[in-house]
Amino acid sequence: MKESEVQINRVDWIAVSIYFALVIIGWFNIYAVVYDSQVEKSIFDLSISSGKQLMWIGTAVGLITLIMVADYRFFENLSLVIYFIFLGILIVTPIFGKEVNGQILSIGIGEFRIQPGEFAKFATALALAKVMERPTFDLSKRNYQFIAFGVLLVPIALILLQPDTGTAMVYFSLLIMFYREGLPQWYYVLGIGAVSITLLALGVDNNLYLAAIIILVIGGLIYMGKKSWQRILAFSLIGIGLIAYIYSIDFVVSKLPPHQQNRIMVLFNPDIDPLGVGWNVTQSKIAIGSGGLIGKGYLEGTQTKFDFVPEQDTDFIFCTLGEEFGWLGSFVVISLFAGLLYRLVIMAERQKTRFSRIYGYGVVSILLFHFMVNIAMTIGLFPVVGIPLPFFSYGGSSLWSFTVLLFIFIKLDSSRASQLGRIS
Amino acid sequence: MKDQRPAIILLFIFLVSGVLLVKLFAIQVLDDSFLKRAESNAIQRIVDHPYRGLVYDRTGKLMVFNNPIFDLMVVPREFNVGDTTRFCELFRISKEELIEGYNAAKSYSKVKPSPLIKQLSTKDFARIQDFLVDYPGLFILTRSVRSYPTPTSAHALGYIGEISAGQLEKDTISYYSQGDYIGLSGLEKYYEDVLRGQKGVKYKMVNVRGVDKGPFKEGEYDTISVAGQNLTSTIDLDLQRYGEFLMNGKTGSVVAIEPKTGEILAMISAPFYDPNQLTGAEFGKTYKKLNGDNSKPLFNRPIMATYPPGSIFKIVQSLIGLQEGVLTPNSTFACNRSLVNCHNHPNPVNLFGAIRNSCNPYYHQAFRQIINREVSSNTFKDTEIGLNAWREKVLKFGLGGPLGMDMSGEKGGDIPSSKLYDRIYGAGHWKYSTIYSLSIGQGEMQVTPLQMANLAAIFANKGYFYTPHLVKAINGNPKKIPSKFQEKHSVGVDERHFDLIQDAMVEAVSGTAGRAVMKDLVIAGKTGTAQNPHGEDHSVFIAFAPKENPRIAIAVYVENAGWGGRAAAITASLMIEKYIRRTISRPELQDYVIAGNFMN
Repeated sequence: MKESEVQINRVDWIAVSIYFALVIIGWFNIYAVVYDSQVEKSIFDLSISSGKQLMWIGTAVGLITLIMVADYRFFENLSLVIYFIFLGILIVTPIFGKEVNGQILSIGIGEFRIQPGEFAKFATALALAKVMERPTFDLSKRNYQFIAFGVLLVPIALILLQPDTGTAMVYFSLLIMFYREGLPQWYYVLGIGAVSITLLALGVDNNLYLAAIIILVIGGLIYMGKKSWQRILAFSLIGIGLIAYIYSIDFVVSKLPPHQQNRIMVLFNPDIDPLGVGWNVTQSKIAIGSGGLIGKGYLEGTQTKFDFVPEQDTDFIFCTLGEEFGWLGSFVVISLFAGLLYRLVIMAERQKTRFSRIYGYGVVSILLFHFMVNIAMTIGLFPVVGIPLPFFSYGGSSLWSFTVLLFIFIKLDSSRASQLGRIS
Repeated sequence: MKDQRPAIILLFIFLVSGVLLVKLFAIQVLDDSFLKRAESNAIQRIVDHPYRGLVYDRTGKLMVFNNPIFDLMVVPREFNVGDTTRFCELFRISKEELIEGYNAAKSYSKVKPSPLIKQLSTKDFARIQDFLVDYPGLFILTRSVRSYPTPTSAHALGYIGEISAGQLEKDTISYYSQGDYIGLSGLEKYYEDVLRGQKGVKYKMVNVRGVDKGPFKEGEYDTISVAGQNLTSTIDLDLQRYGEFLMNGKTGSVVAIEPKTGEILAMISAPFYDPNQLTGAEFGKTYKKLNGDNSKPLFNRPIMATYPPGSIFKIVQSLIGLQEGVLTPNSTFACNRSLVNCHNHPNPVNLFGAIRNSCNPYYHQAFRQIINREVSSNTFKDTEIGLNAWREKVLKFGLGGPLGMDMSGEKGGDIPSSKLYDRIYGAGHWKYSTIYSLSIGQGEMQVTPLQMANLAAIFANKGYFYTPHLVKAINGNPKKIPSKFQEKHSVGVDERHFDLIQDAMVEAVSGTAGRAVMKDLVIAGKTGTAQNPHGEDHSVFIAFAPKENPRIAIAVYVENAGWGGRAAAITASLMIEKYIRRTISRPELQDYVIAGNFMN
């Protein structure tokens, strides 16, 4: 058997099955969003999004076939080329792309449009895998950290030009992969600490309370430990810095564009503007919450019709699932995602090359972030970030990019027997 | 240390999934406040049906308006009947009706409203409104039905009804939805786009009891309905009603046209019905009854019935003969009854006399000269060429095809070409003696009463016509009517030939329909009798008046009424008087017409 031939028996059928399960459940949910019993239209009707999604699914299967019959070395050897091609497209997108609501997300000719920000995800994951695969590459060392963050930050900067904060955030999910590859733990402790303090500062109305707590904690730490002047000075400076940070957040937030301010504030109190910005979150929570244990039944939802929320079949697709299939439906879909992510971690760990493993963790990072943030925002656990639910949301660019992302890894995994063990 | 990291990542994945599931469990299963909120802020999409345009007659009298009616709607999922007996008492329906209506609604949709009781009266509506609050899932939907202050012009106005599945299929812009009303005949159908207006949509927040919680997002997504445009009909309501009064108990048509404009002043199809019968809740029942009636009251005779025109067609033959130079005012033929039957009149006659006396043998001979021009030495071929050339000229008179008035279902009648005779007799097997009946408007020739009236208008106008139409203005603007009704059609006969014709027609009225003559109001007309193998002949009369500067052209066709003078001519004369003088000076004639009952 030639190396380049598809080794069907080595394909991870568990991952593939979960992929198709999610795609098909998603498709049925897209139909439920546009379904209007007064205007009976078939799920296959190309004038509605479910019909179009079926077309995207069909072409996605075509992409899968292409990836599976390609030589696995293709992705490794061309990873940097692919990366630079997409950087190039990202650069020209703001110039030649189509502007919608002040954002230039897509580029293309006529009806055929892609969102390069979506596709650049797998390109970035490939590029990181390529630069990090050398055995000498050590993320605990400063100079290697610079290289890795450099590869990561260039597409982020370009996407922020569109500007598309949501998609840009997704790239930071690759920090999960960095974690696996040895980025020192204190980065994460610091990061999580900063995020927590930020959230607290935003969530607590009166910053004096927070300042008082910080003073008490710092004071306690100083009191309990060794009372050298350096230590007292260090803790005091940290305390002052934290308090200054807390107060600066309100200032920074007030300088943000209003829609981003609102998205942050709505997280803490969705009822501040139930018909305005809070609308999406409130309606989404009502829709999901009214689903109960077993849901209202397929196509019987009442809250997510009429397409008021523009992202009803893309970013807020989970509402329809929660409303019509209840907690059990949510449980099934969340289990499928968790199962897929678990499977991908297992697969990543069994790779024989660092390239495949790093790419595998890149896939895990991106999917996990989308899954977590998308569902969390529909139930009010996270600010509204315009990112789709993988394999589920309506849209060609999103479905294709997740399909390519996932199946390159499935391809690499199926060829692992032919790869040289270069793992350190 | 590093080896724990995959495990920590796995742990993180499960932690995230767990947090999401716990939060979902909290809001979906433990906390029922969301269910309550869903019930209290359901959004209802309420279609705002526009007011359908009104129809006025040419003098500004209201002919069609909208009358509000109320449907009791039910949303099965929210509906709870409670005590059935009490419910039936309150809403005055039987238990069976309730069960049937509820099941029908449920099978349509559990969450979408369907009608439970259709078309409550204003009184019932007021009574029911008080109990409505006790029944969640019930509400009143207000619609309107067409109403006719004077029960007249049923065929011309047409009716509206629920859109059929087939029509919905053809509605490519998805304007209509199930249960919408659409014009099904007459003006209602032809001017549907103008009359219907533009639907609006309102999104309302309602609670589970259907209580209005105000517009959704302050009406950001709402669209306002646009009322339909009003039509000003060309019909003269008084004339129309008088015509119906005269035609009551008869079978036939009356079509009156204003010659200068083609505006239809009256259009009567007898037997007729009260248009109020075909509205509202009674529509289905009445329609069935009318449709099954042997006298065919739904059949729109003026545009759908076709008859041989009979003697009135002799005028067309005269005009074609004059224009072709085959006839001159002095052309004289003997009344040779061996050719075709005739009646007693001076003999021989010139063209004037032929029209005045309606001499059949004259036209037998004149038509032969029009047809057989000796273009070919083969008499069969010659006849074929002549017939087809003649047919082209006849078609210019608005015959042989629909005129294209603003009413669907218009028939075109038939003016035969050589193809028809080839089919019947075989090519080369027929000649003039086969087709001579056409000379006197008989044989394989069919015209509608509308086309007959249009002929009268052509004779009045001395050679042109405007396509007859029923609408004078849309929203008061005469420019908005279809442009085809503003085009002048010439029949290809020089104006000078009409003087003799008009004079002869005046004489013909006193000669063959003396009772139609009026003092001081000169009527030019022509009687006709169409042979009816099944019984008494059909009586036909076309006329225009006054002779100078004509204001009305009319065709009256009364089935089974016998020779033209008896009914048709008198009816036409009374109609002319009514239109021009606005009064009737000869009640004895009116009584005579009304007494006649010629229905089978």
